[in-house]
Amino acid sequence: MRTDPVVLTVAFGYLALLFVIAAWGDRRAERGRSIIGSPTVYALSIAVYCTAWTFYGSVGRAAEFGPSFLLIYLGPTLAMLMAPMMIRKMVRIASAQRITSIADFISARYGKSSSLGALVAIIALIGITPYIALQLKAITLSHAVLVNYPDAADFRLADESFWVDKSFWVALVLAVFIILFGTRHLDASERHEGMVAAIAFESLVKLVAFLTVGIFVVFVLFNGPGDLFRQVAEAPELTGVLGLDAVPGGAIGWVGTLVLAFLAFLTLPRQFQVLVVENVDERHLERASWLFPLYLVAINLFVIPIAMAGLLLPVGNSDPDSFVLTLPLSAGIEGIPLLVFIGGLSAATGMVIVETIALSTMVSNQLIMPLLLRSKRLHLSSQGELAGWLLGIRRVAIVLILLLGYLYHALIGDSYSLVTIGLVSFVGAAQFAPAMLIGMYWRGATLAGATLGLLAGFFIWFYTLLLPGFAQSGWLEATFLEQGLLGQAWLRPYALFGLEGFDIYSHSLMWSLLANVGLLVGVSLFTRQTPVEQTQAALFTEAMNPGLQHTSLWRGQTTRGELQSLLNRYLGATATARILADQHSNPAADAPAPPALIARAEQALSGALGSASARVLINSVVRGEALDLESILSILDTTSQTLEYNRRLEQKSEELARIGEELRAANERLRELDRLKDEFVAMVSHELRTPLTSIRAFAEILRDGKDLPEEKRVHFLEVVVLESQRLSRLIEEILDLARLESGRLTLSPQQLDLVALIRHSVDAVHRLQEDRGVSLEVDLDIEEAPIIGDPDRLEQVIINLLDNAGKFADDDTPRVRLHLARHKQSFRMSVEDNGPGIDLDERERVFEKFHQIKRFGGSSGKARGRPRGSGLGLPISRGIVAHLGGRLWVDDAPTLHGACLVMELPEALEVAEPERQPTK
Amino acid sequence: MNAAPSRAKLMALIGLALLLFSPPLVLIFDRPESGLSWLPLYLFVVWLLVIGLTAWLMEHRREEN
Repeated sequence: MRTDPVVLTVAFGYLALLFVIAAWGDRRAERGRSIIGSPTVYALSIAVYCTAWTFYGSVGRAAEFGPSFLLIYLGPTLAMLMAPMMIRKMVRIASAQRITSIADFISARYGKSSSLGALVAIIALIGITPYIALQLKAITLSHAVLVNYPDAADFRLADESFWVDKSFWVALVLAVFIILFGTRHLDASERHEGMVAAIAFESLVKLVAFLTVGIFVVFVLFNGPGDLFRQVAEAPELTGVLGLDAVPGGAIGWVGTLVLAFLAFLTLPRQFQVLVVENVDERHLERASWLFPLYLVAINLFVIPIAMAGLLLPVGNSDPDSFVLTLPLSAGIEGIPLLVFIGGLSAATGMVIVETIALSTMVSNQLIMPLLLRSKRLHLSSQGELAGWLLGIRRVAIVLILLLGYLYHALIGDSYSLVTIGLVSFVGAAQFAPAMLIGMYWRGATLAGATLGLLAGFFIWFYTLLLPGFAQSGWLEATFLEQGLLGQAWLRPYALFGLEGFDIYSHSLMWSLLANVGLLVGVSLFTRQTPVEQTQAALFTEAMNPGLQHTSLWRGQTTRGELQSLLNRYLGATATARILADQHSNPAADAPAPPALIARAEQALSGALGSASARVLINSVVRGEALDLESILSILDTTSQTLEYNRRLEQKSEELARIGEELRAANERLRELDRLKDEFVAMVSHELRTPLTSIRAFAEILRDGKDLPEEKRVHFLEVVVLESQRLSRLIEEILDLARLESGRLTLSPQQLDLVALIRHSVDAVHRLQEDRGVSLEVDLDIEEAPIIGDPDRLEQVIINLLDNAGKFADDDTPRVRLHLARHKQSFRMSVEDNGPGIDLDERERVFEKFHQIKRFGGSSGKARGRPRGSGLGLPISRGIVAHLGGRLWVDDAPTLHGACLVMELPEALEVAEPERQPTK
Repeated sequence: MNAAPSRAKLMALIGLALLLFSPPLVLIFDRPESGLSWLPLYLFVVWLLVIGLTAWLMEHRREEN
């Protein structure tokens, strides 16, 4: 079954299947029922990242360097995690500017510079061709292993004719495939639906193949992973094979490889192609950001088991890169090795297809077109259509790139292990990262900075990785590796400036990125941007700015006729008709073209020729300032400024609203206080006038009535005295209140016994109450109540409470009861009467100034000689009690069912001095 | 208004992934016991954890939108 005809039939049958799928995908797309419009297909197409290097090389790397192979996949996981922010921005820029490749992207960012685009294209060509060669080598090698097993797959390509090498024919078939499905449209920024469908299918095939061989190894050759790892643990020569010690460069190498994989995932031309150019809908990024890493986990799941199994079992071929094939072969199974071969083929062809499309677009748009446009002869040629030319250039480029890859493989491929070439390419591609990523976020990065940075990074990469690679394959004298260039030890490629202890990739990455970023930033700070650069920089950095999307950036002048002939020459009649189609107005050829139309024309040309060439062409027909720099910059500036102003204004107005609210509340309070003051003044005057009026009236009677009976005279004088007393009491109270409210009331707190004080006060009012017929009960639960207080003031409070209670007690049998009890850490004195009581809603109001409770039953109280209250006693009492740390409130009367006022004062901490008697 | 919190969560997740994949934490799990390092197992577990969190975040974000 492993005979050449069978293997070849299956291999080329598989390639034929790819043609069918791609054709089907394109057919579906033409009918408007795209099959690639799903995030799953998008994620699978990104999996073109897993090349033959993953398929065969990961196992080899795991066997040799432990878990470091995983870093190649952890980096992309991190990158995909940032997809919703970073890659989304790239996609948006690319679709707005009709970007066709990473070279186009970088060139467009730095003022649509054709020289920078060409530089990127050349670096990509130099860096990536070995990678394509690697894929072809994998096909040759796996085929040889498959057919020759159990003999060693020893072959020297250089010794054989190329037509015996299967990978030559595979490359040829791929060239046909790419030409058919990769150059269908002139517009390279359009999706290649059929190709993407085929790539997604290939990703599935390689995953299934790898999982199959993994399951076979773990569950058929061994009894599950437990058995496998137990045997590995028992093998002494495998100790430490999975630890960090096996990773080249240790912890530094770990981080270096992680960063390398992260950057390369974004900058490898094929990844840029599938991630950005072939993206149909930027919302697909959200699902792909976790689906693609999941794919990576799945395809890496069995790498370590296979590597360990290969190291444990005698498989007849010691090359770890071939374990995937040799393990099932050694078990004598026929089907699985064939499936593995197809899986490896799918991984290799998928990479070659996408990489070649990306590179050929770069070569045609960034290298050849600018040259052709510069040659006067072609530019002025009367050939009607250059569209055919363009596609022709791209097709030739495809064949040449594949040929170059094959030559590389045939000439020096033998001397490299698979992994080595892959990582060399990674570091090469990573040189695009500073220009691309910094350019996307820093508006100040200039063309000069990007060019110099890229050049420096490229040269360091070339010197520290590519050249030593050549030397090791015997093309160069290897002495400079050990002794440095010209015998200078600090120029040793693997230990530049004497820096040792790194693995060669981290070493090269560190130095090249240092130079690259350093020059990009440093030079940018000291160079000026041209107007076009400024505009493009703004368009790139502000790509997510919503204000940008509906603005026309053109102010140039040209006619429709000129524009039409330009488009006709480069894009063909049908494309021109489509671009000009929805311009219903101005059908005349000499009518001026509206700015939007010029912008669309440039975009269409960008998609086909790259932005640099498109700009040259548009400038050749548009007169005047083609690019309205001022307005675009002002749009961006005003948008961000306006946002900032808005934010500040909002803050200010919120603050103002809050302050206004506070002011209104303060005003309200002041008004209320003013009202209370007016009321108070009115009340006080009223209260003062009443006794004054009667004093004056009686005094006048006494003055005028000379013949008043003695009895009357005495009575009137008594009234005058009483009213004067009342007046002075009132004034005293008002003064107290004023002192209380202004905080000037001076109390002299001292330790005293509340029981003694109460007894004293009761004695003082006893006579008076008796005169009024009020029966006073005193009920003291405790013998001693030490408190801190001002005796005079407290006595005033107690007397006031007793007096009030007497006034409001029942008219017929007035009763007042005073009760003192301990309550937790304080003493409560309650004074209750048997009067009508106080309504619930009146209970707080009795403490308001001049509040007087309306008495039911007329003025009979006065008849008994009970004076009216001034309405100030309770507020003053409450003020005093509060000053002493206590409380005064109205409660339900428990025994007499009238009103009950409760005073609570805290217990003094020290034991009271028993001898102390309240004064007065 | 939902964009900002989910963006912040994503940033936090990126930071977490970076931390989990990098040396100080990686070194902890590189303890060869019974001959083999636990490092690969740790990496796979953390990897799946990060993917799970991303999936949860992204699918919720889509619902919010």
